[in-house]
Amino acid sequence: MSPREIEVESYDEMFQRVKNKKEGAFIPFIVAGDPDFETSLEIVKAYVGNGADGLEIGFAFSDPVADGPTVQSADLRALNSGITTQKGFEFIRKIREFTSIPIGLLVYYNLIYQMGVDEFYKTAKESGVNAILAADLPPEEAQDAVVASEKYGVQQIFMVAQTTSNERLEKISKMCNGFLYVVAVMGVTGARKDLKISTVELVERVKTHSDLPIVVGFGISKPEHVQNVINSGADGAIVASAILDLITENLQDKEVMLDKISSFCHELKTATIKQ
Amino acid sequence: MITDGKFGKYGGIFVPELLMPALEELEKAFLKYKDDKKFNEELDYYLREFAGRPTTLYYAKNLSEKLGCKIYLKREDMLHTGAHKINNTLGQGLLAKYMGKKRIIAETGAGQHGIATAVIGSLLDLPVDVYMGAEDVERQKLNVFRMELSGARVLPVENGSKTLKDAINDAFRDWVATVDTTYYLIGSTMGPHPYPTMVKHFQSIIGRETKKEILQKEGKLPDTVIACVGGGSNSMGIFSGFLDDEEVELIGVEGGGDGVETDRTGATLCKGTEGVLHGSFSFILQNYDGQISEAHSVSAGLDYPGVGPEHAYLKVTGRAKYDAITNKEALEGFEMLSKYEGIIPALESSHAVAYAVKYAKIPENKGKTIVINLSGRGDKDMFLVAREMGVEV
Repeated sequence: MSPREIEVESYDEMFQRVKNKKEGAFIPFIVAGDPDFETSLEIVKAYVGNGADGLEIGFAFSDPVADGPTVQSADLRALNSGITTQKGFEFIRKIREFTSIPIGLLVYYNLIYQMGVDEFYKTAKESGVNAILAADLPPEEAQDAVVASEKYGVQQIFMVAQTTSNERLEKISKMCNGFLYVVAVMGVTGARKDLKISTVELVERVKTHSDLPIVVGFGISKPEHVQNVINSGADGAIVASAILDLITENLQDKEVMLDKISSFCHELKTATIKQ
Repeated sequence: MITDGKFGKYGGIFVPELLMPALEELEKAFLKYKDDKKFNEELDYYLREFAGRPTTLYYAKNLSEKLGCKIYLKREDMLHTGAHKINNTLGQGLLAKYMGKKRIIAETGAGQHGIATAVIGSLLDLPVDVYMGAEDVERQKLNVFRMELSGARVLPVENGSKTLKDAINDAFRDWVATVDTTYYLIGSTMGPHPYPTMVKHFQSIIGRETKKEILQKEGKLPDTVIACVGGGSNSMGIFSGFLDDEEVELIGVEGGGDGVETDRTGATLCKGTEGVLHGSFSFILQNYDGQISEAHSVSAGLDYPGVGPEHAYLKVTGRAKYDAITNKEALEGFEMLSKYEGIIPALESSHAVAYAVKYAKIPENKGKTIVINLSGRGDKDMFLVAREMGVEV
């Protein structure tokens, strides 16, 4: 499939679409190929069928230092089921057969580097990827990635965190395209019971220093977290570990797994309606 | 960042955004205190009185006569806790204290860096948490006990291959969540900037002493300096004294495992390819896609699929040469030094010894003056070596 044939909604269009409905964007995450290629694809269908406004797709890495045990287990399951970078892009192309909502890739830089930065972005574009975020690539090291992202029209996403100074926030915001990924917690990915007040304060701080849409991730695991984040002014919420836990807990029964994921996604999406 | 931490194209800062402010703070503190009079006086005091510096440059007479070369051993094995690791943990531990950090975390493979960190935790009254792969915890029970005796908490890591690289992953994860109060004390010249530069700085005392000592004893520089390379701190430490002396040949010896041509090897520079692991761009053992391979070496300190970025730079520029010694050869080196010199080396250092023996046997190297960095002592390896030799202890 050539890039032109894929109808892809941009992040801007998507954020506008949900805004018009007085909602925030619900963006679920999955590791491509977890627990296996086919099931993974069915899970994405469940996401899309239950209100996902965008998708965050992870490429498995053997040593994911920014991720907690849940995502690491998912990475290992995917690797054990035979996922590769090429198959990861094939996974994206399969998704593009049934949805046009924005797709963001979450990767570790070594995977990009080994394929070749230029080739990686080119393939990403051709596969229907909207944006790429490399978890271990701060702006200081991102020159090659930014060049390739501009060349192929794939948006480069960066993270900001509570530890990010205002000065740095503005610098990152200038380099970033599509949306700013706001890390909700001090720590790695993983489901959490509470979402601290500091997250809401962080969203407010980011908004005063950046015009980009804001998406919050890391530790968002309940509908009320989503609601808090959206009400604090974020444009969207990424939910990862809490959904992946449902995969982990139901590996024996795929139907139950898909049912549980579907109803959980429905709840999460409902929580994005602004109050 | 004030500097970019690059050695040619190697090194850099490949970490999640959450850690960037911590690394900036660390770089700033390092640059400030590395030339601070009070800091250095205090560090010198501890290096001398607590760790036992300076270490001697010992002329290995018997081995020299046997090999027809002049062999000198830099006796880092004589240091407190049994290896060069303490040079770095004292330096960084003191830095943590000066920075006002309340807690230290560290990773460890065999436990040597963990022990060196645990004791400076006692010394400086800072709580220490050591991440250690569950498999290593099982293999190195004695070292776990030593760390715990010094008041450190050992946290077994059950993820991945349950060895050093997974311990590093978990230490990073801890740090990501606790950067405000916690100091991450990395044990080798690896990781994101400023660690490779900083660890080299604190280990460069090995090179400075060696240079002074060899000039006193021989009235000239050595022909060759040989050191083992895992992450690369003892080798970087001794090489740093001779980097500008082009006539001195520098040789880094990696853990060849079952052989560089096999899948069971730790020879990252000999066999690996360029890539990003644990915060820096260097050579790594990896597959086609960039998934990190497991390393293998009889010596836990060389059992790591990455290597410090400055070594990558020294390799490609040709300033240093890198080769590998197999498990079997290392054990021969171990036995040889024990037998001829009465010095039982660490298995890591045995790689350097074994290489020196091979090197000395090449006719053109006859009569050369060779310095081996004896980075650690072999007490920790007794059970393993006994088992390999088929001896019951």
